[in-house]
Amino acid sequence: MSLQLTDIVKSFKEDLVLDGVSLDVATGETLVLFGPSGAGKTVLLRLIAGVIEPDEGSIRINGADMDGVEPEDRGIGMAFQNFALFPHMDARENIASPLIARRESKTGIKRRVEDVARLLKIDHVLHHKPKELSNGQKQRTALGRALAGEPSILLLDDPLRNVDAKLRFEMRLELPRLLKDQQATVIYVTQDYKEAMALGDRIAVMSGHGIAQIGTPEDIYLSPANTEIARLFGDPVINLLEVTPERGEAGVQVKLSGTAVPINPGYTGSIGHSCILGIRPEGIHFADAGTPGAFPVTIEAETPLNEKTVTLAATENKREILISRPSGTSAPDSGQAHIVIDSGAVILFDRATGNRIALPATDAAKGGAA
Amino acid sequence: MEHTSTLEKVLRGTAITLVILFFMFPIFWIFLMSFQTNETILRVPPSIVFDPTLSNYTALITGKLDTAAGTLEISFMKNLWNSLFLSAASVAVGLVLGVPAAYAFARLKFRGSEDIAFTLLSFRFAPPLLVLLPLTIYFQQIGLADTYLGLIWVYQLIVLPLILWIVRGYFEDIPADVEYAYRIAGHSWGATFRKIALPLAGPGIAAAGLLAFIFAWNNFVFALVLASADKQPVTVGALAFVTASGIQYGQVAAGIVLSILPTFALALYAQRYLVEGLSLGAVKG
Repeated sequence: MSLQLTDIVKSFKEDLVLDGVSLDVATGETLVLFGPSGAGKTVLLRLIAGVIEPDEGSIRINGADMDGVEPEDRGIGMAFQNFALFPHMDARENIASPLIARRESKTGIKRRVEDVARLLKIDHVLHHKPKELSNGQKQRTALGRALAGEPSILLLDDPLRNVDAKLRFEMRLELPRLLKDQQATVIYVTQDYKEAMALGDRIAVMSGHGIAQIGTPEDIYLSPANTEIARLFGDPVINLLEVTPERGEAGVQVKLSGTAVPINPGYTGSIGHSCILGIRPEGIHFADAGTPGAFPVTIEAETPLNEKTVTLAATENKREILISRPSGTSAPDSGQAHIVIDSGAVILFDRATGNRIALPATDAAKGGAA
Repeated sequence: MEHTSTLEKVLRGTAITLVILFFMFPIFWIFLMSFQTNETILRVPPSIVFDPTLSNYTALITGKLDTAAGTLEISFMKNLWNSLFLSAASVAVGLVLGVPAAYAFARLKFRGSEDIAFTLLSFRFAPPLLVLLPLTIYFQQIGLADTYLGLIWVYQLIVLPLILWIVRGYFEDIPADVEYAYRIAGHSWGATFRKIALPLAGPGIAAAGLLAFIFAWNNFVFALVLASADKQPVTVGALAFVTASGIQYGQVAAGIVLSILPTFALALYAQRYLVEGLSLGAVKG
């Protein structure tokens, strides 16, 4: 079912949490709400679930206004970050609770609970109370409870937050298939950008009482709306350097360590004013000294991060730059090196507001993101 | 490390023994007294060697008190029954009224909720004697004086604030998300109260009920003023042992032993709920 939020305002006493949030989620879509804690993600979920009421604005499910509609009548499934399992009921009763509410037949309930449990690999612990379950099993039970009633809208509040890293990785692989099988409209809250990129058809980045940017994972990664979002997505974090765009022989360029680096030909922003240049660490490559656009840096440290190796280098005027390359590829060990910047992967931001001012969406940049 | 040295064990054992001795000795002494006649009780120096007699208990149970001045009629068993009935009925009424109210105070933040809750608690601060005189007059006017109904009503001053405030705390300890989860699963507000809030606060409700029962059982002043002989609980009835020919220590002791028994049995039975209640933190799963 589709979901529309229009101009939602919500505050708790004096604390404004959401200020004019509008959101349109299509049937069957998985929308990830991403943002730092305190950005209002959980509040938004609770508003959709109906356990709290918005101060202003409307929530519509399939076009029907939800004002005054009780949580039990909204056809929603929800998994909580802290699981919120019923401690006095075993896993089976927990998962069965949406089915019991609908007064389904005993055999129907039993079959559905066991199907869900098998899907989530918890069929062997169905007789356990929540306190006898491991965190991973609790999380699966909570997920099972949300899925069991085959809700048309599924709200998942950071379900992988409280499980260990190995399980989180496994679930991140399993969840997309699971969610697609449900054919439900999914709102997924997370603080982990990798989870957001892996699961979302679209991502809504929340900050400052509202949605700062909404788009596909690729849009957000390649064209972040501002420096804050650019920093939130990507590990190692994006390089942000202060530069001044100027006109050169080959179009607009910026000077880094005295070397002209051409930037996106589509640039239409101001010339001669200071800007922030954003460049992802994978958009920087080591090069020979003679390569056009190459400029010298001093290598300071190097960290292997599984599949990639990150180098910390400094330009001549002591500005630090992170460079990422696939592990196993060769690079200068230490001391002086030259680097070139992939001009297609450059993002420019306004210095005062931090907002993006140029579109770098070229093929070169897409190669960098993958 | 969970290792305790022998010295620590000995010290701990000694400390516990001392505490138990300190608290249990009066009860133990009364228990011995209940099997003695007035003469052996008043011996100087006292001794724990004596010929046990059941005369005190038979006197209480048959209702005939033999004193130097002759045979007195006492209605101890009736009083015991009154105590049991008044306390149980008061706690029952208190739970029926107090538990839903406690839930409302815990979950719904309505205008003046704190003030109302505090006013109810303040009933516990007021000296009972202060309200007794007007209460007696009103009760006589509306025909509630010397009725079980009137007494149970007045006992709400004791049990209701207690139940309300203890149970409210237990309801507040239940994570709101657990209740939300049940509602989102498709259950009504009422079903959530019955199937989630009540069972999870169960140990707390049992503990509050037990405490309220003990407080109601021990009440003296309300019953003394508002009840006549046939409605009196044991606390008031025990005055009958102060006779013209002296205080009947043996019967007093036997009366105490008998009147402790119901609360003692209840406490023993409910102990596991009390312990469970104290470890309610386990709810956060």
